[in-house]
Amino acid sequence: MKKIFFISIAVALLSSACNDKSFLTNEPTSILTTDQVYSSSELAFSVLANLYNGYVDQQTITNWAEFTNFDEAFPSEAGNYWRVQQINYPYNWWSLWNYDYIRNINLFIQNCQASTKLSDGDKTQFIAEARFLRAANYFELVKRMGGVPIITKPLTYDYSGDPTYLQHPRAKESEVYDFILSELDTIKNILPDDASIQDRATKGVCLAMQSRAALYAASIAKYGVNTPSVNLPGGEVGIPASMANAYYEKSRNAALELINSGKYHLYMKHPDDLATNFAALFYDKSNNPEVIFAQNFKLKSGTVEAWTLNNQPRAIAEEAQGGRLNPSLNLALQYEKLDGTYAPFNTDSDYANEGDIFANRDARLAGTFILPGSQFKGQNVDIWAGYILPASNNTIITSNVFGGQAQLPGKNYKEQVVGFSGPIDGLEFSAQTGFYVRKFMDPATGSGQIGTQSEVWWVRYRYAEVLLNIAEDEFELGNNDSAAMYLNQVRLRAGLTIPLTPSEITFDRIVHERRVELAFEGHELFDNKRWRIADKVWNGQQISAQDLFNNIGKASAPNTMIYGMWPYKIYQPGSINDGKWIYKVLKPNEVTAAHNFQLGNYYSQIDQGILSNNSKLVKNPNQ
Amino acid sequence: MKYIKFYKKILVIGGLMSCFNACKKDNYAPPTNKFTGRVVYQGTPLGLKNNNGGTVYFELWQGGYGKSGAINVYFNQDGSFSDLLFNGTYKMVIPTSQGPFMSIENPETHTDTIPLVLTGDKTMDIEVMPYYMINNAKFIIGADSVVTASCSVKKIITDTNAKDIQFVALYVNRTDFVDDNNSFVSNTIAGGDISDMNNLSFTAKIPTNIANANIGVGKQNYFYARIGLKIVGLDDMLFSDVVKVSL
Repeated sequence: MKKIFFISIAVALLSSACNDKSFLTNEPTSILTTDQVYSSSELAFSVLANLYNGYVDQQTITNWAEFTNFDEAFPSEAGNYWRVQQINYPYNWWSLWNYDYIRNINLFIQNCQASTKLSDGDKTQFIAEARFLRAANYFELVKRMGGVPIITKPLTYDYSGDPTYLQHPRAKESEVYDFILSELDTIKNILPDDASIQDRATKGVCLAMQSRAALYAASIAKYGVNTPSVNLPGGEVGIPASMANAYYEKSRNAALELINSGKYHLYMKHPDDLATNFAALFYDKSNNPEVIFAQNFKLKSGTVEAWTLNNQPRAIAEEAQGGRLNPSLNLALQYEKLDGTYAPFNTDSDYANEGDIFANRDARLAGTFILPGSQFKGQNVDIWAGYILPASNNTIITSNVFGGQAQLPGKNYKEQVVGFSGPIDGLEFSAQTGFYVRKFMDPATGSGQIGTQSEVWWVRYRYAEVLLNIAEDEFELGNNDSAAMYLNQVRLRAGLTIPLTPSEITFDRIVHERRVELAFEGHELFDNKRWRIADKVWNGQQISAQDLFNNIGKASAPNTMIYGMWPYKIYQPGSINDGKWIYKVLKPNEVTAAHNFQLGNYYSQIDQGILSNNSKLVKNPNQ
Repeated sequence: MKYIKFYKKILVIGGLMSCFNACKKDNYAPPTNKFTGRVVYQGTPLGLKNNNGGTVYFELWQGGYGKSGAINVYFNQDGSFSDLLFNGTYKMVIPTSQGPFMSIENPETHTDTIPLVLTGDKTMDIEVMPYYMINNAKFIIGADSVVTASCSVKKIITDTNAKDIQFVALYVNRTDFVDDNNSFVSNTIAGGDISDMNNLSFTAKIPTNIANANIGVGKQNYFYARIGLKIVGLDDMLFSDVVKVSL
């Protein structure tokens, strides 16, 4: 009886459940369908915003350690010392194969096109922006990998068991550059021509990207002869030399169009303090006429960046954090004297003030570096390595803790004998090269606090780079007059008032100007690659400080090991030298290896898994 | 209580069974065929760089097993190699631009691919065409801890594939891993400065304090020396044999 009762209830339950089939077709409450997303301008825009998030940078302010791989700066954090201790760059560094991102962009374009509810204005604008991001990503791919398959439609597998129709061979390197340039040509006239839009695609950034991309292609074509083995017979890597001039002209024309539009200018809000002016260019986000395209951050919105937190001087840090990026003496030496000559810092004489050794230099030095004897956020950064005693055989009295104390001879008490920012060799977060970084550092209160951080943006394209691009184009095309004119605009802003004459413009000059102007903006590696001098700059040979002094301003001089320069206070009571400063050049002890850029590093390795999946791909040379 | 004991028994027996089963079903024997040899030019092994297991390698391809991908076999610094492999048919190829040498056309395949059939242990020398050879490398330690080295360099490839010398260098290190990255003292002659290829000589003084060498400090009365040759446009250098020199 019981059994029958249960069975009948079960049957009743089951059959009742099946009666109403509408529950199977309920709309999900937590998922938006494609139709819903592309019927609303706001929702489609949020998808686009996510695509902006996928923009790839090799070095960026949210990834400080990447700046220390190329002897621009020393990584003052124990977990990153290996970067100055490894010899070879692995072949798969800088590898990129983000076809998932490209698929997302292609899908976005397809869905926007198919949408019947988006307004025409929104549609064209969104699609143009997505195409801009796609072009930017192909630029990033071709820079790293050489020619890659150009995919402009979302590919979908049909489950037929034969995926070969999804396999595409690599395009020629020049074809990828051509694709980028022609895409930008098309969309630059659709996108807004508005210099006040700085974190979304505009006509301005299309032109700036064209000038950079065409310049890359041109120099690969021109300088490829110097590395004949970095080539593939199918043109996947390497561009014929005969194409160089056309690319240089393309780059010049794009730059010229941007310059002639008159919408962008060099930042010049602090003409009386050019170093601060140069530093402010990167953190001033209100009416900044120089920034063309940047990744934006916003306080109290979850999108903040920690560059200032990571790199603030330890003496005045707002948390027990900071001091990680120590720019190298190698880089500091590149900044000219105000009369336009190269000169090493004079470490033979002593100075009344700590910062005097850096006086009368290119303003970009103090704009890029936090120098000993200077201030950040209105406070002394306190970088000095100890007391030196000339009377007793130049003995040094110092300590191995921040602001450590010791007793000087003739005194009966202990006092501070080393700066609260160091430098102390091997002590992480201290200025182990004697310098901290200033570029992109946020002077706002709270920027060094974990809970606040910073909304300083990451500048990807700016007007000064366009000027340097066109200067290089004009130089390579044989027009030294206009090359000098554009170069001098940038140099004038740096306080170098004696203009370069056309006959002084050389390849070394162009390389040098980019190195000092664009330091810590992610250009060094890719510039050296396209000029085909990377294997000479990072040649695996140990260098001495004297080598550095002898080779200032030489483009392909070896730069394989990081050096630093430390200030010491003279302790010689009764002498006029007492309390003066002298400097010593040294190599941090953690720097043990000389960086070696192999020919196989010119183009990064394509992962074996990718090669296995697509037999039409060819490997990159020398790997 | 009785039930608990019973369950325990089942657990133990089941555990044991699964152990034995796993051993039988999941594992198969590792490869045991020893494939060894050297990279040689007319019977003379070539000196290469040793950097964590080598930098110069050849590829072994075996078809028919799903995804394609090569087994990379690295050369040691004396030009030897060894690997453990399964029986089977392989294709062996040295990727272009690997090593300071060029591959030789295989008489069987008429390409640079060398067929390889493994049915047991095998020893095989791979004949290649080096751009240069370093001959008669001699090292003497004289007075005042000065190492004097001499050698002759012979250009082997002289046709259109010929490449110039970037530099020749003497390297001395504390361990017998010696190359351009592993040395505490070296002396380099640039390619353009070589006047007599049959008579190159170098001197290098072993410093009394080698604290800055990348291998630490210590008193040692013997060292290892080697001559390396860098060819323009190639990453991999050619080396002479490593020689132990005593103070």
